[in-house]
Amino acid sequence: MTDSINENEVKTEQPEEVKTPKMMAERDVEAVSKKQLAIKIISQIALYLFLTVMAVIVLFPFYWMLMSSVKTKEEYDLTVPTFWPTMGLRFATYIEAFNKIDFGRVFLNTVLVGVVSTILSLIITILSAYAFARFNFKGKNVLFAAMLATMMIPGELFTITNYITVVNNFKWADSAVGTFSALVIPFLVSIFYIYLLRQNFMQIPNELYLAAKVDGTSDFKYLWKVMVPLAAPTLISITILKMMGAWNTYIWPDLILATSEAPLELMTVALRNAPWGEVGAIDYPVQMAAVVIATVPLLIVFLLFRKYIIRGVSRSGTKG
Amino acid sequence: MDKKRNQWTAWLYLLPAIVLLAIFTVWPIINTIRMAMLEGYNLDDEMGGMAFSFGFSNFKKVIEYPTFTNRLGTTMLLTVLTVPISTLLALVIAVLLNSIKFVKKIFQTIFFLPYVTNSIAIGMVFAAMFAMLNPLAGGGEYVSIGLMNTILQAFGISPVNWINLNAPYSAQIAVMTIYIVWNALPFKILILLGGLQGVNKQYYEAAKVDGTSKWRTFWRITVPMLSPMIAYVVITGFIGGFKEYSSILGVFGDSMGANNHDVDTIVGFIYQNIAGNSSNQGRASAAALILFAIIFAVTMVNMYVSKKKVHY
Repeated sequence: MTDSINENEVKTEQPEEVKTPKMMAERDVEAVSKKQLAIKIISQIALYLFLTVMAVIVLFPFYWMLMSSVKTKEEYDLTVPTFWPTMGLRFATYIEAFNKIDFGRVFLNTVLVGVVSTILSLIITILSAYAFARFNFKGKNVLFAAMLATMMIPGELFTITNYITVVNNFKWADSAVGTFSALVIPFLVSIFYIYLLRQNFMQIPNELYLAAKVDGTSDFKYLWKVMVPLAAPTLISITILKMMGAWNTYIWPDLILATSEAPLELMTVALRNAPWGEVGAIDYPVQMAAVVIATVPLLIVFLLFRKYIIRGVSRSGTKG
Repeated sequence: MDKKRNQWTAWLYLLPAIVLLAIFTVWPIINTIRMAMLEGYNLDDEMGGMAFSFGFSNFKKVIEYPTFTNRLGTTMLLTVLTVPISTLLALVIAVLLNSIKFVKKIFQTIFFLPYVTNSIAIGMVFAAMFAMLNPLAGGGEYVSIGLMNTILQAFGISPVNWINLNAPYSAQIAVMTIYIVWNALPFKILILLGGLQGVNKQYYEAAKVDGTSKWRTFWRITVPMLSPMIAYVVITGFIGGFKEYSSILGVFGDSMGANNHDVDTIVGFIYQNIAGNSSNQGRASAAALILFAIIFAVTMVNMYVSKKKVHY
């Protein structure tokens, strides 16, 4: 294709070459830049087309979820599925979803577990990161390396024994308070967050610490008044990721709830374990309404805190 | 004097973390190895005061378990399929995103969306998209071939039973591959795009001056400069792949497959052996150690390969 174009150009311009070589050179440049411009425009269109197609693929499940949630059951079950609701919107699906899942209670449980575990986790992370960043003590490097090494072990290995510890040894599944503790306590220490915050603390110049010392500020006060505010962006990232984790967690709460006397359902567990029925025979509009209720809050949080979430994720590389 | 006091305060600050780590991280490592290594371990019997002899029968039990090889196979198949596809796709998208200015932010936000939603909830949406509909249940008459089959029919592809009862293994694997890739893209794009933004523009300018083609620039500059991030994304992809569980649970629920656990994984095996029967804990522990060994070995191979190939 490109070859033939080149030949044409050469042929048409050959007679002119004899007359004015200078003119020809100018024309050549013009022709080449025109061709380059054409290629550039075409490749830009192709590029945007590809990205748009990919974006549509990424967005489609969200669209299908939202749109199906307001369809009538009759319309959803049509032989040829419709791509938008043609038989009228039915918001009653949302009421039916609330009948299937006690969303009010589940929401409260999830937020409560999320908030308590986030606050406790932040305190533990701040104290530990401070110890590693500010103090020199025997065995510091060994301890820190050992902690980082445990990050390589898959979580499933811990889950087996933790389940026994919590259910058989601590008997936490026997009461409501115990169940709450079982959902919160085993995951309070995140070595990765300690690592992240330690790095952040170490960037804070030593002079600030010495100045505070001269002023007679205690270590503890220095931590809360100087270091914590300076590390605020990292702490915000940790907070949001931790809260999202509580919303998304399934495996551990599902295990605990299976044995617990006090059903303390969290969002994802309630969503997956509701009695939906067999694949194909599910009341999909109602199920999609429930998925919307469980998904949209996260999407809103993401759009509000986009910067902090992306920042936290790009450094942690773990989900939830 | 001050130094000694300092030592004490440091440990005081670390106390909550150390207590929790001792109970929920260190003890599980010891105990899981211990349970795996005891012959015929049974939690209830042990609590009743019974002692067990040392041995490897739990590992044997796992490997000889009727469906364990299936689960191992499914886990590996999904990993081998999804890691290269998602990495390549993410690389292409990241490079293209990096080359545009107009509406770049909007695209970035869209491509990140799957990350913030949870894999179980959206798994249910994928199931809705692939399911054929038979409102009376029981696998008999279908009233609709479902969304995906309708779309594919427009391209002349005949309907497939993707995830309903009696769905073939290959169809289920195809659905899970699509879903896992969809789910894995955002993180990979984010990391690769971050890497691209760090590449020194001078390399590209030099290539431009030399008249190097775009294709050559991509392979000779972009890929080598990005190789640490590519290695990172591949390594974490393999680790995540071997731990695949919740995306399958999202699509199929507790049945982990259209026909009773036929696309279940190693992690699924571990979880199903934790609760309930107290004699299964040894088996679950052995399976967890096997999983750790596999992940460790694969990561080491990955690191070895990337050490040779990665340009730092």
